[in-house]
Amino acid sequence: MSARWPTIRMIVNGEQRGIQAPPMKRLLDVLRQDLHLTGTKEGCGEGECGSCSVRMNGELVNSCLIPVLQAQGAEIQTVEGLAPKLEPGGTLHPLQEAFLACGGAQCGICTPGMLMAAAQLLETHPRPTLAEIREGLAGNLCRCTGFMRIFESVLAASTQASQPALRQAHHAR
Amino acid sequence: MAIIRDVMPAFDLLQPSSAADAQKLLQEHGSDAWIMAGGLDSFDWLKDRIKKPKVLVDLSGIDELKGIRVTGDGVEIGAMTTLTEVAEHPEIRKNYSVLSQAVSVVASPQIRNQGTLGGNVSQDVRCWYYRGGWPCYRAGGNICYADTPVGRNREHAIFGADRCVAVHPSDSVPALIALDAKFVVQTSKGEKTVDAENYYIGPDLDITRINMLQPGDLLTAIRIPSTWAGATFYFEKVRDRNVWDFPLMNVASAIVLSGGAISRIRLAVNAVSPRPMRLKNVEDAVVGKPADASTGEMAGKLAVQGAVPLQFNAYKIPLMRNLVKRAVCGVAGQQAYGALTGDLDTQEVAWNS
Ligand SMILES: Cc1cc2nc3c(=O)[nH]c(=O)nc-3n(C[C@H](O)[C@H](O)[C@H](O)COP(=O)(O)OP(=O)(O)OC[C@H]3O[C@@H](n4cnc5c(N)ncnc54)[C@H](O)[C@@H]3O)c2cc1C
Ligand code: SF4
Ligand code: FES
Ligand code: FES
Repeated sequence: MSARWPTIRMIVNGEQRGIQAPPMKRLLDVLRQDLHLTGTKEGCGEGECGSCSVRMNGELVNSCLIPVLQAQGAEIQTVEGLAPKLEPGGTLHPLQEAFLACGGAQCGICTPGMLMAAAQLLETHPRPTLAEIREGLAGNLCRCTGFMRIFESVLAASTQASQPALRQAHHAR
Repeated sequence: MAIIRDVMPAFDLLQPSSAADAQKLLQEHGSDAWIMAGGLDSFDWLKDRIKKPKVLVDLSGIDELKGIRVTGDGVEIGAMTTLTEVAEHPEIRKNYSVLSQAVSVVASPQIRNQGTLGGNVSQDVRCWYYRGGWPCYRAGGNICYADTPVGRNREHAIFGADRCVAVHPSDSVPALIALDAKFVVQTSKGEKTVDAENYYIGPDLDITRINMLQPGDLLTAIRIPSTWAGATFYFEKVRDRNVWDFPLMNVASAIVLSGGAISRIRLAVNAVSPRPMRLKNVEDAVVGKPADASTGEMAGKLAVQGAVPLQFNAYKIPLMRNLVKRAVCGVAGQQAYGALTGDLDTQEVAWNS
């Protein structure tokens, strides 16, 4: 059956991928079902919660509202691409370290989207103010943390010079 | 019957690469066709099986509909330009900042990156009964579920209702009306240019259509004339949450002052009526008056004359009075950019008075 579908080519987390999929399939489902990148989560499926956020051609988007045809030829980064080739004992992305250290994640459903929104923010605002963090994460809802720990995490990731300091903060808790 | 909301129903997908081809396909398929721009609004309608087109015309491959051009007389914004691009464009920020301000408070960064200006101005009402697939007037039925004693109508209209009491939800439109923008529409009879406020039709005229587009028509661009470049602008949006939410109400004005008096003004309010409202009577009443608090008071009172509240939205009357007041006189000694947008304290002022 899949032979009927057009091939969508994308660069996902730095790797060239070609998938045969219905062109109106949600990018979210292509990532999760076809590429088995299940880090990206579905919350609402209608653009309200941001848990499906990924970066497409350097911009933050809701993958639940992107027909995969609009991702033809695009460069996609998902949460799996934040800390590439993660192995036991390997290094996490500074944001991931910060979320661990500051309690930025609880149930974890919003976390991949939060991380992608935060990564996008830090690229354009390496030293964001609290207001900029709030604006950068405006499209991402969290039902657990009350947001403050998440804002702290982003602030920490942007100001901490070194990873070990963050890990120590984590272990000190 | 359960609906599998993640999975798209079947239809033919057409992907033209020029506006002319798109228009040809739209004409050919008439009311069987659905136009898809960024897809944010389209996706929900289609996944929920509430709108069931046979053919989807995807505009995302049409480069000529994308981007912003500075012309001899203002700027021209292609219908497929993203809201983020509109918000960040230097010429728009410099001379037409009411639009960058309005667009930058639409929804969330994610939605502004994907949503287009053409889609934003053409989006349908957000009434949950209608979106939920209830067979109401707007859906072609013969009842309004929102306008009953128990209907949930806190977000609904205080003006312009005719059976349907839904409001137009766009943030960009009042700014475009204040700037006297022209919408460029391709029809079977050739190109038409309409004033922003006339792009919309009310339920009295056709209850199932939100704008003037007939099957086969395509919005290609929005032109902002230089008439109001660098004027004194005001924009304010009030919403339940400080981010993401649709407006409970918004207001936009463009004013040219001379010697402290208002010499020219355009004023628009949205989310109060099924059609975005240009307040022509208020404009006429304040011209020649000083841009001060007493003119503002008068403007606010005049603006809400004739308002008809529903069961749960009477708060919209004082809210509108205050927003109009500020849009008329709040601009006097203040550079409006960034002032007051979505500010909680100012919302409280509006709500309590
Ligand atoms: C969670 C969420 C929150 C939102 N919050 C806000 C908000 O606060 N303020 C606000 O203003 N908006 C808000 N929106 C609306 C959002 O901005 C619109 O959904 C979006 O702009 C639609 O743009 P699109 O490019 O995705 O269009 P689409 O969804 O593809 O199209 C929208 C409609 O316009 C028609 N259309 C699109 N382009 C054309 C064209 N060129 N010619 C003719 N018809 C056309 C389509 O057929 C469709 O009916 C929100 C949307 C979501 C999903
Ligand atoms: S307000 Fe309009 S859209 Fe909502 S239920 Fe009534 S008729 Fe339908
Ligand atoms: S799942 Fe995409 S925004 Fe909620
Ligand atoms: S950690 Fe549970 S939703 Fe954010």
